[in-house]
Amino acid sequence: MKTIWGRLWTIFLVPVVLFVLWLVVSADSSNFFFPALAKILAAFRDTWLCGSGAAEIAPSLWRLAVGFLAAFAFALVAGVILGSSKVARDYTEPVFEFFRAIPPTVMIPVLLVISGIGDASKIAVISLGCVWPMLLNTIEGVRSVDSVLKDTCSVYRIHGLRRLLVLTLPAASPQIVTGMRTGLSIGIILMVISEMFASRNGIGFTIIQFQRTFAIPEMWSGILLLGIIGVVLSLLMRLFEMSVLHWYEGARERS
Amino acid sequence: MTMNDPRAGEARSRDPMLAIRQLRKVYDGSGRTVEAIRDVTFSLDEGELVCIVGPSGAGKTTLLRCIAGLLEPTSGEVMLAGKPIAGPSPGMAVVFQEYGRSLFPWMRVRQNVELPLKEKGKSPEERRRLVDESLEAVGLRDAREAYPWQLSGGMQQRVAIARAIAYEPKVLLMDEPFASVDAQTRAELEDLVRAIWVRLGVTIVFVTHDIDESVYLGERVVVLSASPTTVMQDVPIDLGSVRSQLETRADPRFGQLRGQIYALIKDAKHQV
Repeated sequence: MKTIWGRLWTIFLVPVVLFVLWLVVSADSSNFFFPALAKILAAFRDTWLCGSGAAEIAPSLWRLAVGFLAAFAFALVAGVILGSSKVARDYTEPVFEFFRAIPPTVMIPVLLVISGIGDASKIAVISLGCVWPMLLNTIEGVRSVDSVLKDTCSVYRIHGLRRLLVLTLPAASPQIVTGMRTGLSIGIILMVISEMFASRNGIGFTIIQFQRTFAIPEMWSGILLLGIIGVVLSLLMRLFEMSVLHWYEGARERS
Repeated sequence: MTMNDPRAGEARSRDPMLAIRQLRKVYDGSGRTVEAIRDVTFSLDEGELVCIVGPSGAGKTTLLRCIAGLLEPTSGEVMLAGKPIAGPSPGMAVVFQEYGRSLFPWMRVRQNVELPLKEKGKSPEERRRLVDESLEAVGLRDAREAYPWQLSGGMQQRVAIARAIAYEPKVLLMDEPFASVDAQTRAELEDLVRAIWVRLGVTIVFVTHDIDESVYLGERVVVLSASPTTVMQDVPIDLGSVRSQLETRADPRFGQLRGQIYALIKDAKHQV
């Protein structure tokens, strides 16, 4: 068992070294497109912490949250139904394969035409993109519930909602969470891209504004912000995972 | 221990506790029908412990799944206390061979044992009592809060047994429950089954491929033929009600019975 300091050392050593290296190497950069890190950090503070950019974070995260959660809810319901029924799977599989093969970003122009430049089109794009890994993983997780556990439930006459709650969902949860993790990272990408096309606010919109006005340190600071958001979200995901799947990791360590 | 007597409240009748009549099971594959069980008839009186033994591939598991209501027989019937069963019955519990896959890994031992009782509509106090008593009976009182995967294979199978007896079934079905534990654990678990049987008076059907185990455990041994399965012989085991790993297995009568069943199974294989 490592001590807490040992763990912190392992986690932070490489990021800190890279950060310092960037800071030192870029210190007297005169390249317009690659400004000194110190300048970027100053821009970061002025833009995102106390400047106009701060107000752009919430709309982005809001759309991501709504899009992701809507997709998750749909994937869970549809995944359980399709995972439990081979007939339903056989009928829907070709359609899913087709939709999955369409890159969700190409839907942006289409959706813009239909629903304008408001939140709805961006939420739809985010949902459309992250629903597939969640749906397909849920189907697979539900489909592969252990047959002996199913028999056990049948023997003890556990049916319906209770069976769903005590057997199907917990058994599929490792797969479902895998789908959520992939879905979330796709969602973040689409959050940014959807704002780059036609938008009035959001992080992606702001970054594009900076780029168009040659505010290069500010542009870089936006990219830094996206990196930080990504790390924080995946950390939250990890905490969620640990609370839902503690039994799974315990069992896996044993075997 | 004051486990509810499974007989309590049951009208006493002449019907056997469990009767299997002319059971037949044919699997309909793609263009190929396989007759797994041709004709199996036998019955158990209340409180009997009967072992079912047969050569490998004798359709033992198919038979047990039909009795448990997990598979529908092609024809024939299974009667529990005089009533035909259709689907899993609240009067039966099953202990499967794959202990590692029959316990819910996301639930603690206590929750695993308690789950079927919730479905049966027992009150919380009643559930607590049954869980405590059944875990006590299998010697796992201290493991209540553990997860199944923190326990050894033998202990996991004890949990599955505790779950089955907490359910207070009329008939306990066991499908090669000790086939994948080591020899010493197996001997302990065999004695546990005998002890529970004596203590609770529950009717037990114990399926095994191990001739020694069937003779050691059973009051009767039903010997099955190879597939398509029929009953070759129903052998009474007159070894007394108290069995011990050392003395019973050294008893000359044990050897005779073992030899008799061995010969039957050898014949069964040659008939194919």
